[in-house]
Amino acid sequence: MPVDVWLYFILGFMIIGSIASLEIKNILSSIITIGVVGLGLSLAFLFLGAPDLALVQFVFEILCVIILIRAFAKRSIEVRALRRDVPETIIAIVILASIFVLSIFAFKDLPSFGKPIVRVAERYLAQAGVETGSQNIVTSVILNYRIYDTLGEVTVLFTAILGTFTILRKTGRKKRHAE
Amino acid sequence: MILYLMCFFLFLVGVYGAITKRDLIKIILAIGIMGYSVNLFLVLLAYRTGALAPILEKGFNVPMVDPIPQALVLTSIVIELGVTALMAALAIRIYQKYDTFDITKIRRLQG
Repeated sequence: MPVDVWLYFILGFMIIGSIASLEIKNILSSIITIGVVGLGLSLAFLFLGAPDLALVQFVFEILCVIILIRAFAKRSIEVRALRRDVPETIIAIVILASIFVLSIFAFKDLPSFGKPIVRVAERYLAQAGVETGSQNIVTSVILNYRIYDTLGEVTVLFTAILGTFTILRKTGRKKRHAE
Repeated sequence: MILYLMCFFLFLVGVYGAITKRDLIKIILAIGIMGYSVNLFLVLLAYRTGALAPILEKGFNVPMVDPIPQALVLTSIVIELGVTALMAALAIRIYQKYDTFDITKIRRLQG
C-alpha cells in the first residue's frame, strides 16, 4: 500500500480519537484516549521516514500519560458532568468551520504532498556525512548545523522543569514568614 | 492536500476543545492535540515520495526526506513534554486552592 493510504487511515483515527477524548466524561479514559492518539502520531512518523521522531514521540507519549494520570486521576476518578453552554458551543463550531473552509484556499498554494522544496537540505544531504561524520543526518542537523536551536531547547526545558518544581514544592514562602 | 486539510482539522479539534471546554484537564489535553497536529504537519511537508529516512549508508544513493523539519520537530516534542508537566503542576495548585477544575468557578482569576 502507498504511504498516502496509511496516512489517511492514521489521521482519521487520530481525529476520531481526539474528538472522543474531548467528549468522554470520565477523565481517566480521556487521558488514555489521548495516549492512543499520540501513539498513532508515532506510527505516522514511522511511515513518513522519521524513525527518530517515532521513538521520541513514543517515549513522550508514555511519559505524558503517566504524568497526567499521576496528576489528575486520583482527584477526578468520579464521572463529572459539567454543564455546558449550547449556544457557545454552536458559535464556536460555526467559526471553526468557516476557518476550515477558508483554509482550503491557503493550503492550495503549498507544495503538494510528496514533492517538497528541499533547497537548504540538499546541501546537508550531500555534505553532512563528510562534514560532521555522523551517519544520521538528523543528528548532524541537531548537534552541528543547528546547535543553537538545541541550546535554546535545553534552556526552555530547564525553565519548564524549574517552574514545575517551584510550583509543586511543599515548603514555600509561607514557612519562612512564620519564623 | 487532503492530508494537510486533515491535519488542520485535527488542529481545529484542539482549538475547539480549548475554547469550549470548562474543565482544566480537558483544556490541557486540547493544547496537546494542537501540538500533535503542528508536529505532524511539519513532518508531512518534509516528506518526499519514495524517499528513505535520512540515514547514510554505503552503496545506497536514494533520495532522502528533508532532515531539517525532523530535527526541529524533535526539539518541539521535548519542549511539549516540559510544557505539559508545567500545565499539570499549575492545574494541581489551582485545584488545591479552589477545590475545582471548572474554570468558571475560579472566580478570583477573572480579569
